[in-house]
Amino acid sequence: MSPASAGGIVTIERRPQPIALRGEHRRLGDSLFGAAVALTGGAVLVVLAAMVVFLVLQGLPAIRHYGFFTFITAQRWAPSEASATAAVPNPYGIVQFIYGTVLTSLIGMVIAVPLAVGAALVITDVAPRRLRRPLSSLVDLLAAVPSVVYGFWGLFALIPAIRPVVDFITSTLGTVPVIGVPFGGPFFGVSYFTAGLVLAIMILPIIAAVCREVFRSTPRNEKEAAVALGATRWEMIRIAVLPRARSGIVGASLIGLGRAVGETIAVTMVIGNAVLHINPSIFDQGATMSSVIANEFTEATEPFHLESLFVVGFWLLIVALVVNMLARVVVRRGVSL
Amino acid sequence: MTDVALPAARFRQRPALRRRRTKNAVMTALLLVAVALALGALAWVLVYVGIRGFSVISPSFLTHNPPGNPAAPGGGFFNGIAGSLIVVGIATGIAVPLGVGAAIYVVEYGRGRLRGAIRFFNDVLIGIPTIVTGAFVYAVWVTRFGFSGFAGSIALAVVMLPLVARTTEEMLRLVPTELREGSLALGATRSQTVLRICLPTALPGIITGGMLAVARAMGETAPLLLTVLGNDLFTQLNPLHRMETLSLQIFSNAVTGYEQAEARGWAGALTLIAIVLILTAVARFFGRRVQVENV
Repeated sequence: MSPASAGGIVTIERRPQPIALRGEHRRLGDSLFGAAVALTGGAVLVVLAAMVVFLVLQGLPAIRHYGFFTFITAQRWAPSEASATAAVPNPYGIVQFIYGTVLTSLIGMVIAVPLAVGAALVITDVAPRRLRRPLSSLVDLLAAVPSVVYGFWGLFALIPAIRPVVDFITSTLGTVPVIGVPFGGPFFGVSYFTAGLVLAIMILPIIAAVCREVFRSTPRNEKEAAVALGATRWEMIRIAVLPRARSGIVGASLIGLGRAVGETIAVTMVIGNAVLHINPSIFDQGATMSSVIANEFTEATEPFHLESLFVVGFWLLIVALVVNMLARVVVRRGVSL
Repeated sequence: MTDVALPAARFRQRPALRRRRTKNAVMTALLLVAVALALGALAWVLVYVGIRGFSVISPSFLTHNPPGNPAAPGGGFFNGIAGSLIVVGIATGIAVPLGVGAAIYVVEYGRGRLRGAIRFFNDVLIGIPTIVTGAFVYAVWVTRFGFSGFAGSIALAVVMLPLVARTTEEMLRLVPTELREGSLALGATRSQTVLRICLPTALPGIITGGMLAVARAMGETAPLLLTVLGNDLFTQLNPLHRMETLSLQIFSNAVTGYEQAEARGWAGALTLIAIVLILTAVARFFGRRVQVENV
């Protein structure tokens, strides 16, 4: 036996004494620590459960007064028509907010998903090796810009820039009967479309970051096999990278969708906050579930107004929970494949 | 065999191959356009805010409050900047211990279903709209104790907690099992192993994750609207009262319609972007050896 390991054994033999002396304390401390971290872990579950409970509790007076489902069947939000006694019709219909959330998110997704997948592919497979990290950091930077700055920028820089294009669309396609209705004017600048565009920029880096991880997990030998068989780079991507990544891309898009659904301040600043009813044109003003909460919360003085905003918050939470749970299930399956 | 021996020139003349090459070039170009658009958007936002902000910002902007009349020129966002630092500071103090604790549970202690559930719902919590978080804190706290900076800190802590937990979890996972086994073999308890071996080893990554969470919290506006409320007029450093934060101040100044207020808004936006970008850059620098995901 070498001296070194012999020395090691001696130290170990010498140690047990203090351990034996303090054993009780140490074991107690150990289990206390274990219990403490278990509690903090449980905090995550408690917070989520408490969110659902407290939003329902705050909305309960309005739900009792108007009924649970009248909120998602009525499509007119007119707090000034609310009274403390009359319960029919429900002046706090939220269908137009659900519509606004779905429409702006869809516009955002249609623009952001292809761009994000493309950007992620460039970062993992196309760009020269030493440019990949800087490119990746730059795309990540898009996610670091705060929401309120995007809204401010959207209001003052983006709207003037897209106005000529949108005016052209509304004056040509928008004048066609029936199919022109969703593209009709006039365009005031703030609109569903503007909000969707800002959302696209905000969710692009999030989708790109997840896609990047998914593409990176492509087995190297499959890429090499494709190239060895004479595939061009695009064919290598199509044959080796994309098929495996399909569920990962879907999951990444869902994570982006979850973000788009909940995004508040930027949307509030550029959507126009037209709460009364659904406006049929995407170039018209509207509101989303999150924007109406942000916009009216501190000024909710009508009967059941604040409570109804909590009902909106409850449905927003449900939508966000469903989208995010779905996203995580799909992403996990995709990445560990 | 003969195919392989063919001269390259004849090989290239095959129409099928030319078509494939063209397709490759077209698709590569499209992918590059995607990156160019993403980077173009980034540049547009940063340059625009930079130009509008630099024409207004000055040292006195950082040390003065806005004038009482929003149409008046001058003044600054001192109260908002100070408020942001206080609110986010308290939030960090709440979220980091909880988040690190949750991650320790998931990686070092947890078993079975509960562990899986915490991991899963932590990821879900990351995606919960922050306006809902704000409404939740309003229901739990503000209805009892009123609007305050501290209520905002609670809301931001709920936003930061899952981010901190997620990055810490990933960093703890990178700690080699041999280190834990070595520590336990020397007679250390599990808590000693975690506190003296695992956490110090994972520390750079944890700091990176924490700083990214702070950067995120600095820019959050929606939950603060429902908890901190805002206070444009004077400096309030006591977090038990309603305060101003930089993000709220940018929001309220951006939508007033007064040119001078908007100008202050741009200077505020530039200040906020600078804070966030510096935090992000420093975090990435410290964490450059580790891959930190923050989505």
